[in-house]
Order: sequence, then C-alpha cells, then structure tokens
Amino acid sequence: MAILEVQHVSKSFGHTEVLKDISFSLDKGKVLSLIGSSGSGKTTLLRCLNFLERPDGGVIRVNGETLFDAGDRATMKEGEIRRKRLHFGLVFQSFNLFPQYTALQNVMLAKELLEKEKTDYKARKKEIHKQIEAEAGNLLDQMGLSDRMDNYPHQLSGGQCQRVAIARALAMKPDILCFDEPTSALDPELTGEVLKVIKGLADQETTMIIVTHEMAFARDVSSQVIFMDGGRIMEQGTPAEVFENPKEERTKQFLSRFTNQ
Amino acid sequence: MTFAEQFPIVIQALNTGFLQTLKLFFVTLLGAIPLGLIISFGSMSRFKPLSYFTKIVVWIIRGTPLMIQLLIIYFMPGLMGNNIWGGGESGRFLAASIAFIFNYACYFSEIYRGGIQGVPKGQEEAGLVLGMTKSQIFFKVKLLQMVKRIVPPMSNEIITLVKDTSLSRIISLQEVIFAGQSFMKGNMGIAGVIWPLFFTAVYYLIFNGILTVLLGRLEKKLEYFR
Repeated sequence: MAILEVQHVSKSFGHTEVLKDISFSLDKGKVLSLIGSSGSGKTTLLRCLNFLERPDGGVIRVNGETLFDAGDRATMKEGEIRRKRLHFGLVFQSFNLFPQYTALQNVMLAKELLEKEKTDYKARKKEIHKQIEAEAGNLLDQMGLSDRMDNYPHQLSGGQCQRVAIARALAMKPDILCFDEPTSALDPELTGEVLKVIKGLADQETTMIIVTHEMAFARDVSSQVIFMDGGRIMEQGTPAEVFENPKEERTKQFLSRFTNQ
Repeated sequence: MTFAEQFPIVIQALNTGFLQTLKLFFVTLLGAIPLGLIISFGSMSRFKPLSYFTKIVVWIIRGTPLMIQLLIIYFMPGLMGNNIWGGGESGRFLAASIAFIFNYACYFSEIYRGGIQGVPKGQEEAGLVLGMTKSQIFFKVKLLQMVKRIVPPMSNEIITLVKDTSLSRIISLQEVIFAGQSFMKGNMGIAGVIWPLFFTAVYYLIFNGILTVLLGRLEKKLEYFR
C-alpha cells in the first residue's frame, strides 16, 4: 500500500502558479526522484509536504491518514501541524545546521525537546538523555562521522555538514525523508560522499523523496522518477521508462542536456 | 585649604555621586534590555497598526534629545497640577529612570530587530521540520545567534549610556557631575574650585575601561561558533 498519496495539489504565489494539479503516490521503502529545471516547482512541492508552505488545493495522505485537505479547514490547525510534520523529514540544500551546537547536539536537540514534553520526563531524565545520546551517536557513526561528534558546524566540511543534517533528520524517525538538492552546495568530491550515504539509506529501504540534478544518481537509486516542468508533472514512471524512453518532447529535451555531457 | 586637604573631601563626595550614576546606569539596563525586546516584537508585528504605532514611538524617542525627554517627564506632571514625583532625590531618580529606560529601550529595540532578522530563515525552517515549536526555536536556536550578533552594537550603546547618565544633572539628580559642580558654588567648606568637576571624567573613564574589558570577554566567549 502507498505510504504517501498526493492528489491534485496546487499552489500559487500571488498570480504565479507554481504547482498545478500534482498527483502521485509512493510505496513504503521506495525512493522517488524529482527532476526538472530550476523553477519547475520541485522544491515548492517538498515544502508543501513538510508544511513549510500551505497548498491552495489538493489532499496529502500518509499511511491512509489525511494530513492535509484544502477543502477541510480542520486539517490545518496550527497545533496539529507540528505532529503531522514529524511524518516527514527534510534535508536542505544549505544544511541549516544550528551553529551553536556540536554535531551530536544538533542531532539530539529536537528529540530531547519532544521527550521533555512527556509527563514522565522528569523522573526518567538521565535515562532518556542517555538513550537519545546513544541513538544520535549511532546515527552519526552510520554517517561515518564518529570522530566528528564534538565538532561545531563551522569546523566541518560541507559534505560532513550535510551528513550531520541527514542524521539530524533521521533522529526524528520520519516515515518519509525528503532531500532538497542535497548536493547542490557541494563540490564534486564532497557530492560523492553524501550520495553514498543516501544510497546506503536506499539500500536499507528508507522511504525517500529526492529533488536532485544528479541524473546518474537519480537513475541508479530511485524506483520511481517524476519529471516536472512549469509546475506540472510532465512524466512519471520507473527510471528505465523516464530516462530511456521518455514520451514527452520536453522530457527528451531536458534529458539530452545531461546525456550530451 | 590646600589641595592635599581638599582631595579626600572631594573624593568622598564624588564617590557618593558616582554611586547614584551607577544606580541609574544599572536600573536603565535592567529595564531597557527586556523592554527593548517587547518593543522590537511590536515593530516586527504582522498586525500593521501595532507595528506602525511602535515605529512612530521609536521615531519620536530617537528623534528628540534625551535631555528634553528628561525635562518633560520630570516637570510636566507638576505643571499640569499633579506632581507625582515629589520634590526629593528619590522622585528625581524615579523620573530619570523612566526617561532613560524608555529612551534606551527604543535604541535597543532597533538593535534587537537587526539581530533577529539577521538570523537566516533556514534556522527557523530547520527547527520547524524537526517538530520544534516556535518558542523552542526562538529560545533554543535563534536567541544565542541573535545575542552573538548584537553584542558589538550593544557594547557601543552601553558605553554611551554610562556617559549619558550625566544628562540627569539637568533635573538636579545628584550624580557625579552634580557632585563635582557643587565645589564651584561651595560645598563642605570648599568653594570656587573647578578641578573636582574635571576630575569626574576619571570616574567615567575607569568604569568604561572595566566595561570594555567585560564586554570584550563576552564577545570572545561567543566566538566558539560562527
């Protein structure tokens, strides 16, 4: 069954329609790549899923639960949005690590704040802290950063920062992890190390949506590809369908720029 | 009276005066630091009437001399037939405190606004997608980054405040300038000497020296992140 269903989502900024009738679904454990030129609406779509933007129309469902329905104001309550956000994780292009915290603290912060709100927190404070610390340590270890845990973001390379950001998102155990051009701010060498980590997550069947311009990577890692243009889904299918047999002229045109390189 | 005889008497009077200077300085800081934050939230409010109102108030306070504000706050109630301050030193101190707190809060609010708006939008968004509340994001993520940004301009204002306290001389608050001047007219058997007034500068200079070192240390302490 689909873990994520998106139906007829639309969004405008002023008079500019940035998303037009977006519909797709994603199965658990699968990877979806969103490709398309800049300004095609990929990032806005991710931001809508993470409740950073509110769509003007459409429905978003996760595990059968309706998280957002433009026709039902009850799904837009501010207090509920916070809980709903936790279904999704988002890794930003510019990392957005918290500069005053170490790598380990960055990964622990949100989880600890969430636990603090539970009624039994005070009694089990030390135990909870230890557990969160151990989990965060494991995640950073998995990202190949076991010797960088006590470093501050400014002491890390871009690739290391992005891996900390991935660990930070994973710490909240999201159902679906989203990446917004995770390697666009990195040089080719650092891009490789981040892509390797994402590939590793795909192998562990982490459900992911990846906005990327790395076509070879998208082809290799994803089970599903969506090509967007001018706020619309122009084409979607398996990597083989979209990359090898694109039906739309616009898709061919877009992809030719990458294959000619 | 020889200079050697005058000196201890003058120093004692100046010490007493400087104590009042310090009191006004610390009371102003204590009041203006939080009030400035409230005013900055007002001027950044998305509720337009509130933000316009706040901006007009800040414009008036920053656009007119503190000395005039002191005079108005101290003398207006009496002129209107209700002298709420009373005649004594405590009344003058209260009036001066209110004028200073309000004036400095307006300056601080603009520094805070710059500090808050200077924190990248991505910090808030990162907090939101991690399921943090707006207040958690403010206190746990943005506040320290904002403090780091505002320490240098705040240091400037704080050092200016030390010297601005002397403006309260205009309503005869008995701070250090008042004490120094008293020896010109005549006080404790000393009259017609001007050096005590000049000597008050040493008090400001030493105190600002201490503040410069302390604020410099705070700035250094926040250098552990960028």
